[in-house]
Amino acid sequence: MIIRQAPDLHGSEITPRSAYVSRRGLMVGALALAALPSTVRRAEAALPNVAKSPFVLDDKRTPLEDITHYNNFYEFGMDKDQPAKRAPGRLRTRPWTVRVEGECGKPGTFDVDDFIRRSALEERVYRHRCVEAWSMVIPWVGVPLGPVLQRFDPNSRARFVAFQTLFDPQQMPEESSRLIYPWPYTEGLRIDEAMNPLAFLAVGLYGDILAPQNGAPIRLVTPWKYGFKSIKSIVSIRFVEQQPPTLWNTVAPSEYGFYSNVNPTVDHPRWSQAKERRIGEFFRRPTLMFNGYGEQVAGLYTGMDLKKYF
Amino acid sequence: MGAEDRRRHFLRPVVHLLCLLPLLWLAVQGTLGGLGANPIEAAVRFLGDWALRLLVVALAVTPLRKLAGLPELARYRRMAGLWAFAYASLHVSAYVVLDQFFDWATIGHEIIKHKFITAGMAAYTLLVPLAVTSTEGMLRRLGGRRWRRLHRLVYLAGPLAALHYVWMVKADIRQPLVYAALLVAMLAYRAVSALRQKEAAIQSR
Repeated sequence: MIIRQAPDLHGSEITPRSAYVSRRGLMVGALALAALPSTVRRAEAALPNVAKSPFVLDDKRTPLEDITHYNNFYEFGMDKDQPAKRAPGRLRTRPWTVRVEGECGKPGTFDVDDFIRRSALEERVYRHRCVEAWSMVIPWVGVPLGPVLQRFDPNSRARFVAFQTLFDPQQMPEESSRLIYPWPYTEGLRIDEAMNPLAFLAVGLYGDILAPQNGAPIRLVTPWKYGFKSIKSIVSIRFVEQQPPTLWNTVAPSEYGFYSNVNPTVDHPRWSQAKERRIGEFFRRPTLMFNGYGEQVAGLYTGMDLKKYF
Repeated sequence: MGAEDRRRHFLRPVVHLLCLLPLLWLAVQGTLGGLGANPIEAAVRFLGDWALRLLVVALAVTPLRKLAGLPELARYRRMAGLWAFAYASLHVSAYVVLDQFFDWATIGHEIIKHKFITAGMAAYTLLVPLAVTSTEGMLRRLGGRRWRRLHRLVYLAGPLAALHYVWMVKADIRQPLVYAALLVAMLAYRAVSALRQKEAAIQSR
């Protein structure tokens, strides 16, 4: 067994649940788990054989403590510290099945653990820009989305991809009221956006499996778009012909467009998007067009008026 | 010194201390790193929350005094109002210094283009003359009638502050609506009692 040193990580904060969710059946009891030193548990929860990828940003990475304790995951509450308090222990991330269906030749399902075992996992260090004008640098672990979608053989009518988060008010308490938000959370991409090499399905963070508050066990990451496009805890992926409804666009269409590409020249109706505060820094830094990923994605939008299709 | 006076002298520092407590909490949390991953945002919001709460408290003093028959409450109105102004000043300062770091171009842009900042800045601007004229000396200099008329500005500042909060929130405006409802209730109370006074004045003529 490899025991890794992790002095600056709060192993006790993230690993016990990630260890027990996948190994609950093997555990004699909670005491057995508690008896293990936290570093051992951490090593067990780490994802194996993670390859480096070309998409590794050089910037200083946001500490895991901040990534796991400053979250917008409204299914667990509107305050940023609530997901970390309420998601662990409520969200059952194993076993977890994702359904892929709609306009495709081979609809089907996959189990997340199988998926992790069979995939060539890679690490990508991406900028993460929230629509609220704060940002992070996050080392995700996962696989590019495009090749996963191709396995289900989308047909020519598959012009968009619709994603859906788990709907279970028992696990996600805020889903019990649909007064304000039309749960479940939904998101969507145009098919060419989904096939772009940057679009990523993450199952891990900092080499470990995802913490529940970060969208475990599997989530989307589209780093050139505002963070809310990167839907968490996905249970369904559907190929569709028409642009699918998405939660924030339904709730406040004037504030959250379907595209929601990071764009410093198009203000949010309530604040400027020209600058952002990177978590951990005092001075705001200028926001980059497409969050700095123009080289990879600008071609998707040639000829489009990005003020109209914000 | 009578019992009444002693109670008054005892209560004043207690009320001051109570108003100071949130600020102390913020200072301690800020020093210990207890404000989370985005301490600047946390501080700005915390100060704004307390400015609005104390503004509601200041506005509640008169209706409470009349409804509950507690005339001695009157002396706490100025205290609450000035503390509300203190938190509002810290809130605006935190926005200018910590959040934007004197980026006047952005601040100006936000005030002009974004209505939630416009409303907040307008509310704060209206509070400034009230704070300046809050002393006994200013009351005398202005005369009671003019002073009272000037201080009615608070009935504009309060709703603007609540609107600032409503417009800041993404979709779930239940919490800011609580403040708005409280303000509306107190405004309605004032309007009704002013109408009654008018009627009484007409009848007694």
